[in-house]
Amino acid sequence: MSPVKPLSPHLQIYRPQLTSVLSITHRITGIALSIGTCVLLYWLLSVAAGPEQYAKAQTVLRCWLVRVALIGWTWAFFYHLCNGIRHLFWDAGYGFALGTAYKSGYAVLVASVIFTGLIWACVVSQQGAPL
Amino acid sequence: MAEFSLPKNSRVTPGKTIEAAAGAKRARKIRVYRYDPDTNANPRLDTYEIDLDKCGPMVLDAIIYIKNALDSTLAFRRSCREGICGSCAMNIDGTNTLACTKATESIKGDVKIYPLPHLPVHKDLVPDLRHFYAQYASIKPWLQSDSPPPPDRERLQSKEDREKLDGLYECILCACCSTSCPSYWWNSDRYLGPAALLQAYRWLIDSRDEATGERLDELEDPFRLYRCHTIMNCARTCPKGLNPAQAIAEVKKMMVQRTL
Repeated sequence: MSPVKPLSPHLQIYRPQLTSVLSITHRITGIALSIGTCVLLYWLLSVAAGPEQYAKAQTVLRCWLVRVALIGWTWAFFYHLCNGIRHLFWDAGYGFALGTAYKSGYAVLVASVIFTGLIWACVVSQQGAPL
Repeated sequence: MAEFSLPKNSRVTPGKTIEAAAGAKRARKIRVYRYDPDTNANPRLDTYEIDLDKCGPMVLDAIIYIKNALDSTLAFRRSCREGICGSCAMNIDGTNTLACTKATESIKGDVKIYPLPHLPVHKDLVPDLRHFYAQYASIKPWLQSDSPPPPDRERLQSKEDREKLDGLYECILCACCSTSCPSYWWNSDRYLGPAALLQAYRWLIDSRDEATGERLDELEDPFRLYRCHTIMNCARTCPKGLNPAQAIAEVKKMMVQRTL
């Protein structure tokens, strides 16, 4: 009897492409946003629970680790938003030419970083250094 | 469910090295995936150091040279050597392409050659494509029409209708696109993949075909059509420069349009 045929290598050997990396990033940021929603929920609950709990939550959220995560979450939000718009164009049948798909991919990356920078520039201007 | 790592019997081990580039001006290491079905051994990666001055310019020339001069046990498919038969599709330098149209000089560093990804391997660079062909057959790739052809001539198309087939009819079914698609890797049991779906669209927009409704019914399924997530590896890798992702989007649009 011949042995079971091996499966040829796939993820292990396939060179990452800009489009495929952006695609998996869309999924990862989607998951990150769902998890981040729990933090938002925690903050809202603390608001509802009265001034003491709210003050406690503020201390937790001002810790540098949470701040770094929040910056990441902000980027994930804008990346998911911009790439979601890119997907809407695809769903309407536009932007499939390889050159266009690459340009829109880079545009999404740049836009998400700029929006994240703008949001945190606002935070800094209102309450000083974020960390 | 997606299985990201290779099964135990499929992990690639280091193989042997054959040096045949003594005194060569253009020496190059060609690293080739090898699997021998006559032993129980795992696949391995053999290295052949060859003199590029002794063979033709394409990767196919290099592996034909290896088979003729260094190691006759190497198995691979090839036929037309001009990019029209699709036989020598394989994974070269990390992306799928035809060995006969890929210039060895265009690759930086060692030339790594694997069979098309995520397929059962018969031997070396020869993967099992039966499932891929069965999926192609499932989309009924032939003209379906109830009205008889005119008695005195063939079924005619306007120039505009014929132009709709451009970018589709050129597909040679080499399977580069489908086996580059992560979605196809994880769901090929139920997802048809870019090649079969591009072919499905080729018949859907043929002005002479009268089975559009039935064809769309067949595709309307969470897996067969809708596992395409616009990853675009298919369009990036197609050796004929076609765009299966766009064809799939057009099929999705037809699905929506017929409900309006």
